[in-house]
Amino acid sequence: MKSNEAATKTPKADKKAKAKRFFALQRKYLCIPYIIFFILFIFAPIVIILFYAFTYEVVDPATHTAHFEFSWQPLVNFFTDPSKINVLFVSLFIATITTLICLIIGFPLAYFLADKKINKNAVLVTLFVAPMWINFVLRTGATRDLLTWFGINGGTHPYLATIIGMVQNYLPFVILPLYTTMTKLDKSQIEAAGDLGANPAQVMFKNIIPQAIPGIVSACLMTFMPTMSSYVISDVLSEGKITLFGNYIELEFTNKAWNDGSFMAFVMLLFIAVTMFISQKFGKDDEKEAGQW
Amino acid sequence: MVKKIIGRCYIYLILILMYLPVLVLIAFSFTEATNVGEWTGFSFNLFPRLFQSEEIMTALANTVIIAITSALAATILGTLGAIGAFYSKKRAREAIDLATQIPVVNAEIVVAFSLTVMFVFIGNIINVYMFSFWTLLVGHICLSIPFVYTSVKPKLQQMDPSLYEAALDLGASPSKALGKVIIPEIMPGVFSGFLLSITLSLDDFIVTAFTRGSGLLSGEKKIETLSTLIQAKIKKGPIPPEMRALTTILFVVVILAVIGVSIYKNRQDKKEKTRRAF
Repeated sequence: MKSNEAATKTPKADKKAKAKRFFALQRKYLCIPYIIFFILFIFAPIVIILFYAFTYEVVDPATHTAHFEFSWQPLVNFFTDPSKINVLFVSLFIATITTLICLIIGFPLAYFLADKKINKNAVLVTLFVAPMWINFVLRTGATRDLLTWFGINGGTHPYLATIIGMVQNYLPFVILPLYTTMTKLDKSQIEAAGDLGANPAQVMFKNIIPQAIPGIVSACLMTFMPTMSSYVISDVLSEGKITLFGNYIELEFTNKAWNDGSFMAFVMLLFIAVTMFISQKFGKDDEKEAGQW
Repeated sequence: MVKKIIGRCYIYLILILMYLPVLVLIAFSFTEATNVGEWTGFSFNLFPRLFQSEEIMTALANTVIIAITSALAATILGTLGAIGAFYSKKRAREAIDLATQIPVVNAEIVVAFSLTVMFVFIGNIINVYMFSFWTLLVGHICLSIPFVYTSVKPKLQQMDPSLYEAALDLGASPSKALGKVIIPEIMPGVFSGFLLSITLSLDDFIVTAFTRGSGLLSGEKKIETLSTLIQAKIKKGPIPPEMRALTTILFVVVILAVIGVSIYKNRQDKKEKTRRAF
């Protein structure tokens, strides 16, 4: 743009360039409300969480007024309370199992859906995403009622019921990114691998899977974190027997334990930071398309 | 050939499994039994009962009002943000891009908890109970705003920059060029951002449960949306029979939407093909 401005010499063009420069400034200002919104409602709450996570309420015995003091107490509470450590491990366990099952089901599914010989119908992909448009709590309730009818309920099989519910809910999030990478697979490379004598298993593990890595990474990210932090699914399907991060933060919230709750949220934020770092490294362009849904 | 059969069977098997809970609910929306799995004779009674249930209708209306207002606000803010960021300097643009990623990757529970703690914090300072329709609205905008931004951004990148300059050359004022050239060009992105915001808002439970106060059609009571109402019901027992009728209606709407979208896509593809043929 600068070279353009330098090239304009006639007065009329000069005027236009001036107007353009002025408006270029104006257009930039359009994002000010967006930035303000982000500062007020995205960053400020996170700062407050960090503040609460490293302070504790101290009541002054003389004046009976409470104030906050810097303290490691929430951190100590987190690591010394067996129930909290338990929440961490159960969350990691359920999230890992859910992600694995979703990948095992979703990978071949995306592969078949992207294969033009097997599936000519693009609507099918939409159908796999369509359940997301029915209310999420209602779907979770439906899964629970069906499982109860089959005799699998939170009372008898809390883990099984929860994992079934999670897979049911997060499968579309795995299918979409995998499907988009699968449609972009280099077909000639796969054929070449076959022609050069690789058997189907080798083609799969040495060619297709490495090509699909960005899709796999973003599929994992879109399942793992939401599973760890989910509230409704674990609460409804295990009938409150399984406590994940989401459930525990909610519990701290109802108990008005701001500091301990904030520390839990802080731990969650640390996990999220790691995820963000990974997603920056791998599935950059993939995430964009998945984000469209 | 065998691969083809296995592939198709697999696709349809998973599809059926994914829809099974909803389909069962729909099947039992034509009987009045309290539990899924009991059939007490065919009847349409649940549908009139659904529309007579004041509780559900209030929740439904609240849900729709919140979805539309929050989606409108998020779309305006997000679109302006995307346009502004697109014409900013590279470093500022990258900073905004990165900031936009934060609520996308952030867990919903953390968004909800942190917002609520902030509202409590501010409320304690100014001695006012903050929770109302407005806090709920802010919560929902937080959920959807990054998605509007990310769906508008690629449209700006695809846009031919000379179009805007041509409009200026032809005598349009900059703001007119913005309204008549840039906005129509990015409209598909804006529209998909809006739709996405609506679906996110309709589906949300956690942020609603945390940030809601009294207001809207719930009056003095806490604002009840479909999600919070259903959650309160299914915590105590099975899905209420009327909700099964609601599922049927929602399902029909979704299927009609899928059919509509696919017809629209087919037409667009055909248009594209004929355009290419010329």
